[in-house]
Amino acid sequence: MIRPGFHPGARFAAAALAVLLWLQAAPGEAASSNGSFEIGGSVAAELRVFPGDRSFDGQDRSTLSPSVVMAPEFVHEWDGGNERLTFIPFARVDAHDENRSHLDIREAHWLHAADSWDLTVGLGKVFWGVTESRHLVDIVNQTDAVESVDGEDKLGQPMVQLNWHTDWGSLGLFALPGFRERTFADDEARVRGSKPVRGADATYDSSSEAKHVDLAARWSHAIGDVDFALSHFHGTSREPTFSEAVRDGKDVFIPHYDQIDQSGLEVQLTKGAWLWKLETMTRSGHGDRFAAAVAGFEYTLYQVAETSADLGLLTEIHYDGRDSAAPATAANNDVFVGARLTLNNTSDTEMLVGAIIDRITQETFISVEGAHRLSDYWKAEAEVRWSANVPDNGFFAGAKNDDFVLLRAERFF
Amino acid sequence: MTTHLHPNLSRPNKMNAGKPTATAIFAGLLLALAVGIGNAQAATPAEKGLEIAKEMDRRDLGFKDSRANLTMTLTNRHGEQTTRKLRLSSLEVPHTATGDKSLTVFNYPRDIKGTAFLSFTKILDPDDQWLYLPAVKRVKRISSANKSGPFVGSEFAYEDLVSFEVGKYSYKWLKDEACGDLTCFVIERTPKYENSGYTKQIVWVDQGEYRVQKVDFYDRKDSLLKTLVQTQFKQYVDKYWRPSLMVVKNLQTGKATELRFSDYEFRVGLKEQDFTSSRLKRIR
Repeated sequence: MIRPGFHPGARFAAAALAVLLWLQAAPGEAASSNGSFEIGGSVAAELRVFPGDRSFDGQDRSTLSPSVVMAPEFVHEWDGGNERLTFIPFARVDAHDENRSHLDIREAHWLHAADSWDLTVGLGKVFWGVTESRHLVDIVNQTDAVESVDGEDKLGQPMVQLNWHTDWGSLGLFALPGFRERTFADDEARVRGSKPVRGADATYDSSSEAKHVDLAARWSHAIGDVDFALSHFHGTSREPTFSEAVRDGKDVFIPHYDQIDQSGLEVQLTKGAWLWKLETMTRSGHGDRFAAAVAGFEYTLYQVAETSADLGLLTEIHYDGRDSAAPATAANNDVFVGARLTLNNTSDTEMLVGAIIDRITQETFISVEGAHRLSDYWKAEAEVRWSANVPDNGFFAGAKNDDFVLLRAERFF
Repeated sequence: MTTHLHPNLSRPNKMNAGKPTATAIFAGLLLALAVGIGNAQAATPAEKGLEIAKEMDRRDLGFKDSRANLTMTLTNRHGEQTTRKLRLSSLEVPHTATGDKSLTVFNYPRDIKGTAFLSFTKILDPDDQWLYLPAVKRVKRISSANKSGPFVGSEFAYEDLVSFEVGKYSYKWLKDEACGDLTCFVIERTPKYENSGYTKQIVWVDQGEYRVQKVDFYDRKDSLLKTLVQTQFKQYVDKYWRPSLMVVKNLQTGKATELRFSDYEFRVGLKEQDFTSSRLKRIR
């Protein structure tokens, strides 16, 4: 889908130039009696290295796939920080994936904070959950799936969020007008499904389609060693189901977004060096009601081998009772094992290695993430995403040759 | 020791939380007298050490809440320096059984800007701690078993930065000696809480104002690990002394960390609600 006059390479060059210009700008802080204004954020250069060959004709076959990310932050605060305007646009320009080259507004909201309550109006981001290998309960924001395969990058969600903080915990009420469709890799890009996805043709359960106003509530509390939260979401599923269709002579997937009700529970028990975690939810709206859960622990060995380093050992098990009427998931009957190494040095060097293994098919996803601060303004990160035993009929079959190594240099302001 | 970063929590007496009453003043006088007499009379070194610790604690009662900006400078053995900037808020909890609450928000370096650390100090039980990661908007309850680990790569351990609490240690008065222009009590204190990295600490406390001037820390092998020196004391709201500079030198590695305090404010009206895990999400 190359648009005339906008060859990806040209776009990439233009974006690289824009970054250089922004680097010359002078972000910083300004404070006065009227409050403070601050410019921050980061820019990053990223390189994905695909050692494997492409899976589909017409797919890009470059081994090296660079991109540039810009995420500036503008924050204006007044009344001692009780009033705040936040604006965080986001842009990626990718040399090879037309869909990964995208703009979003991650946050653009007004916050009013009172003693026992606060109100957020605008585009925002909210995270729910306690486990590491799957975010089962987290549902407010749509996944920006072109950004990362781990599902942790999110699109900005229009919201009115009211939080009430009391002695018996915190109650959050959300009205979510405007649905964000999931992003999908371009047909010619790597790390895509077994068929191209036509996001623009998406269909909905609701006659209001993407204009359906979703509602959500979450009560969270901490009592002694236990932190827990109960939540409910009523609205458009963030996960689509896919139907097969033919477009322009090609077999494609068309996403469909059901209306769902999801009730979730998050619990963490913190006992010494042990963190015991549980996320569970039940959802109706995709055929039969089903339940799913992630449960496990993180145990940390502090100052291993008489160094300053900490080594965390993680295990989580995944269960998901959904049937074929519901959006496909890889995490139906899996085990996650992982290790987190934190050096506790001045560079905050850390590394997380993990594997998710399907207990029946042995389908395995291995992920390695590392981060190291190079200086006060620069940070280096690396990721490896590796898969093995991917079934040929599975949704991830299309990406089975798309194991990659990602290198990122990020400049903060 | 570091009464100052996460101020102290032991509350011998709830009535002292507000203005000092006549009884409290009288009790204080009696105690000062007792300590004075103790110097000359036959209190055991353990009793005398405990009395000094209690007086240190008593002198910090009723501060209510405080806020300060901190600049931390880390120096490695080659003399290379890195800087952290953070904002610290503290809340005095007027109960004897629990400790104070503190909130640390990082501002620099930029990649950790907005990261917040909430701690509820306990006496002998493990502290309650939460971390807020702004990039993913995630509040994580974290383990507080890591008492002896380095705080953000510095020479301060987590246990050095929590509030001073009488019940956390056993004490022994060793001697009185000059410390700079002042005269100090020298006491030995031994951690009673679990997971400490220290067998003991030798603390120099000046006799006039009961301020910690210096601490020697002994590691698990009982060898001298590091030394903390506190200087540039300032008095706030006519009562509470805080050092403007804390310097830790690790004698085994040659590394050092300097902590500078500025813009100290007391009784700014912070409340319990300002120190809850759910509120971390709106902090900057």
